[in-house]
Amino acid sequence: MYRRIGASALVVALAACSAAPAPKPASVSTKPATTAVKWNADPYPSTYKPYPAAPTAIRGATILDGEGGRIERGVVFMSGGKITSIGGPDTPIPADIAVFDGTGKYVTPGIIDIHSHLGDYPSPQVDALSDGNEATGPVRPEVWAEHSVWPQDPGFSRALVNGGITSLQILPGSANLFGGRSVVLKNVYARTVQGMKFPGAPYGLKMACGENPKRVYGSRGQMPATRMGNMAVNRGVWAKAVEYKKKLDKGGDVTRDIAMDTLAGVLAGDILVQNHCYRADEMAQMIDLSKEFGYKITAFHHAVESYKIADLLKANGICSAMWADWWGFKMEAYDAIPENIPLVHNAGACAIVHSDDANGIQRLNQEAAKALASGRRAGIVIPEEIAWTWLSWNPAKAMGIGDRTGSLKVGKMADVVLWNGNPFSVYTRPERVWIDGALMYDANDPKRRPVSDFELGQAGEGDTK
Amino acid sequence: MMCGVMGGFIGYRANAETVAITGGTVAIGDGSAPVAGTVVVRDGRVVAAGAGVAVPPGARVVDATGKWVAAGIVAGFSRLGLVEVDAVDPTNDGAARNTVFNASLDVANGLNARVPAIAINRSHGITRAVVAPDAAGSMFAGQGAVIDLSGNANDVTRPRAFQFIEFGEAGARIAGGSRPASHAMFRNMLAEARDYARNPGGYDGRSKDAMLQRRDAEALLPVIDGRMPLVVHVEGGPDILKVLALRTEFPKLRLVLVGATEGWTVARDIAAAGVPVIASALNDLPAGFEQLAATQSNIGRMKAAGVQVSIGTIDDDDPRMPIRTTQYAGNLVALTRIPGATGLDWASAFAAITSKPAEALGLGGEIGSLRPGRRGDVVIWSGDPLEVSSAPERLWIDGVEQSLATRQTRLRDRYLKPQEGALPKAYDR
Repeated sequence: MYRRIGASALVVALAACSAAPAPKPASVSTKPATTAVKWNADPYPSTYKPYPAAPTAIRGATILDGEGGRIERGVVFMSGGKITSIGGPDTPIPADIAVFDGTGKYVTPGIIDIHSHLGDYPSPQVDALSDGNEATGPVRPEVWAEHSVWPQDPGFSRALVNGGITSLQILPGSANLFGGRSVVLKNVYARTVQGMKFPGAPYGLKMACGENPKRVYGSRGQMPATRMGNMAVNRGVWAKAVEYKKKLDKGGDVTRDIAMDTLAGVLAGDILVQNHCYRADEMAQMIDLSKEFGYKITAFHHAVESYKIADLLKANGICSAMWADWWGFKMEAYDAIPENIPLVHNAGACAIVHSDDANGIQRLNQEAAKALASGRRAGIVIPEEIAWTWLSWNPAKAMGIGDRTGSLKVGKMADVVLWNGNPFSVYTRPERVWIDGALMYDANDPKRRPVSDFELGQAGEGDTK
Repeated sequence: MMCGVMGGFIGYRANAETVAITGGTVAIGDGSAPVAGTVVVRDGRVVAAGAGVAVPPGARVVDATGKWVAAGIVAGFSRLGLVEVDAVDPTNDGAARNTVFNASLDVANGLNARVPAIAINRSHGITRAVVAPDAAGSMFAGQGAVIDLSGNANDVTRPRAFQFIEFGEAGARIAGGSRPASHAMFRNMLAEARDYARNPGGYDGRSKDAMLQRRDAEALLPVIDGRMPLVVHVEGGPDILKVLALRTEFPKLRLVLVGATEGWTVARDIAAAGVPVIASALNDLPAGFEQLAATQSNIGRMKAAGVQVSIGTIDDDDPRMPIRTTQYAGNLVALTRIPGATGLDWASAFAAITSKPAEALGLGGEIGSLRPGRRGDVVIWSGDPLEVSSAPERLWIDGVEQSLATRQTRLRDRYLKPQEGALPKAYDR
């Protein structure tokens, strides 16, 4: 049984996006989609409802507010599912509410993973449940990741209890140039994927450059078999999408095309491009492609060579969603370096720590710590409270949900982690995790530890994981 | 520099000088707690380490005040040196899909000390590694080695250190599609090898479709009589019990288990059998049906039950990512603060990535700790070696100081400022 790089990274038909296995993100308004107004733009709507939240305060902890602020011995008060107040030791809190002592501990916004395949490449990793790559053609913008997500994936619970993950984006894999739509979830188990969907989050479009699409289709004697084939197909598809959108905007009779709906949504700015791309030169090609057809790239994912073009990424306002230290598993990952994240950040571009991995998602805080330390050794000294932007605020903005979560600001969702120490230490784990103010994990209470249907009645049910 | 003497070990280059590293926090790797002290290495071997160790006259003194001085990390299970780029097949010597040979395959013939993974792992404090072949055409993958990470061509500490075999789901798949098939295959191969041993002249083993080639039969003899450890990859609790039971039929097998994600469910049986385990540290997902009971408490629970347990990185990006070894050990210490979880104390966690994997393969007298007489594999760390923010600052293998530069540091230095200067980046070195 190989982990993602070991196998999936190399066998893309079964694998996610690292297979074979990103600035200031565009602020995306959550206005209703302007395209496809003729048709229902939200046919699989979120039914997520926050769980009951008792008014709760945490007192005495070091608070990293997510946007670069740091408060020593601070107070966070949440009620009604929202951050009600946040401040220093003297911040008033009501009497008669649950108060947690955070002395010696840290409070942060919940971690947000912009690149996950939980649910579409779930555990157990069996063919019957591998639903992340519609590798039947290189252009598949008509598929939606949410239609593959198995809400019983045990991985969601591990991401919660060990990783402090409160929201995450589930992407299709990278076998295709156009992999399909992503879905943004709250990390709260539900009977249906609709019950996990982050209300009002914009869709993303997964695109992929490089080795995976050309290998998958080239090996079948189909286009694309080369990088120039990748680009040619991309250009042809976008040209058609521009035509389709023109027709829609004219308001005449248009035959509905589910694939084109997605691309028109991108051109209208309603759907965010999440672009799997490793190499600097290829990212530059994709930037020009986006300008040729008039769309915006929100983030490059994996982006192991962002450090080579950090200036270009800053100039174009594109985020890089990166690993701390993955490298070398294929040619396009050959030049990955552990200073990538701090170098991108230091150039003034947007840096995000991502997982792409059901194990890595449990330790994104540690990955950020490794990147921080690698940068420091290279002379780039970034404070912890600034580095935390890589884990919640930047990904939230790049997922179009930064106005509601990703930082501890009054009025935002109370997606909060109380860590039992400094989260940049290997010895620290989440002690409690609140999502919309509801206590969803408590290390001291086995009843606050989710057990998915799959694990019920199996060896290890309800164990500490 | 001179070539050292062998005796089951291939030539390492002893360094004919005495080095005393003073002023640091010393982690010996034998399970003892870190202490303020000194480490003395002479002629490539450790003389003494710990509190109250005197600096010998004439020794070159290295000041490690404020630092940690620790035994080099032993990657407990890896494929280091066998792969340059996983997805580039000609550079990937982990497995051979289309050969008639199996047990006789010797990874030493595929090792390449120049692959970037060696230098990169060295820069993360790894000085020795257990290197195993990958099974493809047969459940018998072949003979693994223990290497050093000096990057020298003669970096094999012990060639043919063990035979590696797949049981469980992977073994079943390779052996024809079921667990009974894998057990039948195992017993049959050992029986064939015995036939060969009884009458080599009368044994076929020459035709392409022979069940077992002569060389493979020969390679299995030291396994049967216990002169060579048999390292078995097995994950599920029930499968582990069936592997332990092989010794009723083959009493001399020197079993070592790797993977063992569900080891905790049968920990008492493993302990009673006296079989060492090299386990994946943080598996906690039901990644397959043989890992339903996965939990990060696996290693802690096995150790509490008396199992000799260490950390390896089987099928965990093992050609490149043993660099995560110290992080994994640190995570097991983190578990000691989680109600209901079982972790390891710091000293046990550090031993699990130094002396314990060495002992599992019978090399504890040679590598894996700073006890007197061991190879002089020493790392000066900026801080606690298990903490993710720490890094090696100086490193010795066999008493010889090693470079910590890598392809990655070269790329980093070239692109600290991404813009071109007076000439293209290609001129910038």
